[in-house]
Amino acid sequence: MRSTISRIVLAFYLMTLGSLASAELTIEVVSGVDQQTRIAVVPFAWEGRGIAPSAFDQIIANDLRLSGLFEIIEPQNMLSFPAPGDEINFRDWRVLDADYLMLGSAAIVDGNMVAEVELYDVPSGRQVLGRRLTAGPEDGRDVSHRVSDLAYEQITGIPGIASSRILYVTDSLNAEGQRRYRLMLADQDGAREQLVIESAAPIMSPAWSPNGEDIAYVSFETTRSAIFMQNLRTGERRQLTNFVGINGAPAFSPDGTKMALVLSKDGNPELYMLDLQTNEFTRLTDHFAIDTEPNWTADGKSLVFTSDRGGRPQIYELDLQTGRIARLTYRGDYNARPRLSADGRFLVMVHRNEGIFHIAVQDLTDDTLIIVTQTDLDESPTISPNGALVMYATKINGNSILAAVSLDAGVKYNLPATTSTDVREPAWSPL
Amino acid sequence: MKVKTNIFLLGIFSMLLVACSSTGTTDTEDTMMEDASAQEVAPVVVETVPTTPTIRADQTYIGGTSMANGGAVVNKSDIVLYFDFDLSTLTPQTRAALTRVAAALRTSTGRVRLEGHADERGTREYNIALGERRAKAVYDFLVLQGVSASRLETISYGEERPAANGTGERVWSQNRRVEIK
Repeated sequence: MRSTISRIVLAFYLMTLGSLASAELTIEVVSGVDQQTRIAVVPFAWEGRGIAPSAFDQIIANDLRLSGLFEIIEPQNMLSFPAPGDEINFRDWRVLDADYLMLGSAAIVDGNMVAEVELYDVPSGRQVLGRRLTAGPEDGRDVSHRVSDLAYEQITGIPGIASSRILYVTDSLNAEGQRRYRLMLADQDGAREQLVIESAAPIMSPAWSPNGEDIAYVSFETTRSAIFMQNLRTGERRQLTNFVGINGAPAFSPDGTKMALVLSKDGNPELYMLDLQTNEFTRLTDHFAIDTEPNWTADGKSLVFTSDRGGRPQIYELDLQTGRIARLTYRGDYNARPRLSADGRFLVMVHRNEGIFHIAVQDLTDDTLIIVTQTDLDESPTISPNGALVMYATKINGNSILAAVSLDAGVKYNLPATTSTDVREPAWSPL
Repeated sequence: MKVKTNIFLLGIFSMLLVACSSTGTTDTEDTMMEDASAQEVAPVVVETVPTTPTIRADQTYIGGTSMANGGAVVNKSDIVLYFDFDLSTLTPQTRAALTRVAAALRTSTGRVRLEGHADERGTREYNIALGERRAKAVYDFLVLQGVSASRLETISYGEERPAANGTGERVWSQNRRVEIK
C-alpha cells in the first residue's frame, strides 16, 4: 500500500517536472482534403480490470483526423457498438454514410497488452483487416498508433506515420533569465514529449539515423560548434567532430554507415563525408563560396546542398561517383536547406519570394514549383517518412512553432506550444 | 515422363500453397464471420508493436557556457560591429572602428574572440556560414592591420544567439553583427 502511494506521488512529481521542462505541443487542424473518407472507430472494448489504460479509439481517430484524409464519425452518432467477433449490422453504418468501420478490443493477458482490431469496408460489408497486437501493459499509445497506421495503409495504399516521432529544438529563458536550449523527442502528434539534452549553449540541426535510434546534432557546449551522435535507447553519446570553425549540418547516409556534414577548417564551409566505421573524413567540395545543408538522395549516390557559388543561395546536386555538380533551382533569389522526398521526385526547400520566406516544393520531373505555406519566416522543412507531409517551423505571434502541410498544400495543421517557448528545427524520424 | 514431371511440379506447388497458408493463418486465427454479406475474412496477423525509446532522466546533459540576460545584452567592454542584410562587407564606419581596435590590440596581449552572428531570416546552417564570413572579414582586416593571427579566434553562432529578441528591421539590424571579446 505504502509503495503504491509513493509511486503515485513519484508519478505526480515526474509529471510536474515534465511539464516544467516541456513546451507541451498541442494540435490544431487548419485544413484537410475536400473528399474525406468517412470512418467510424467504435470505442474499444476493454476486457481488463478497472478503466482502460489508454483511450485507444480516441488516439486512433485523432491520428486519422490529423492526416487530413479522414472524417471521423463520432461515437455519439453511432447506433451500435460492436466489438471484434460480434455480429455487425451494416445498415447501422451505411445510414451514417461510413466508408469504413473499425472495431477493437484490448485486454491484459499474462502481463502483456493484447489488442484485437478489425477493419470493414462498409459498402461491401467485407472485412479488409484483422490483426492481433501485443505490447507492454503501458504501451496503449504505441498500440493505437500502430492500428492507425495499419488502417491508413490499408485504405490509402501508403504507409501511415502515426508511429513516427519528431526531434526538435526549444529555446526559452529560465527563472534566472538565462537562455536554455533543449533537444526534445515526441510522438509526431506532439504527445509524450521527452527531454533528450539541455544546454546553456545553442543546440542545432538534429538528424536521424535510418535505424531510428541514433541521432546526430550540433552543440556549442565546448564553446565551439561540434557534431555529436547519441543513441536514444542507451543514452550513449560521442563527439564526432572538433575542428576549428564550423562543424555543422549532419546528415546520415540512407544505409547509416556514413555522414555528410559541413566543416570550415579549410577556410570556408565545405561538404565532407565521415565514415562512421573508420572515422575517416573525405572532402567533397572545393569552392570559395558557402557550401552547406547536405541531404542525401534515397539511393545514397548523390547529395543535394545549398551553395551561393552563383552569387545567391541556390540548391545544387553533387554526384558522389563523378564529383559533378549541377544546379537544381532557378526560381527565386534564395533557395536553401533542401530535403528530398524518398522517391526522389520532390525537392522541398526554404524559398524566398518578394522578401518573404516560404516552404516550396519543386517537382523535379518537370521543375514546377509550388509554394505550400502562407506565413513568413518559414524554415527547417522535414519530410514525413511516407512522403505525404512536410513539417517546418514558422513564426506566429512572435513565437516559433511547428506546423505541417501536405506536399500538395491540401492538408495543414499546427503544433502550437502551450508555453511561450520557441519550438523549431523539427526532424521527422524514419518509420 | 512429361506427365510425371507435371504431376511432380503440381505436388510441389500445392505443398507451397499449404506452406503459405499456414504462415498466413497462425494458430491464433479467429473465425470472424459476422455478416451474411461478408464474403471474405482477412486472416488475423499477429504482431508485436515496437515502442518508443524512453530517455533516462539522468542522461540529459546540462552544460555549455551561459549568457547573462538570455544573451540579449552585450557586455559593455565588448566591441560590436554591424552588417547589412546577407552581407559581410565592412562599411567605412566599421573600418574606422576596426582601425582603432587594431591599434589597441597591437599594444596589448591575450587572445581575442571574434563572434559572428546573423539575423533570423534565412536558414540556420546558412546563417552559421554567414556569421563566420562576417567574423572572417573582421579577422582579415585586423591581421592586415598588424594584429597577430595567432591571437585571433573566429566562431559563428549564426542566428542562435540574438542580441535583440523579436522581429523587424530594428531588431534584425542589431543581430547582424560581430562581437569582439
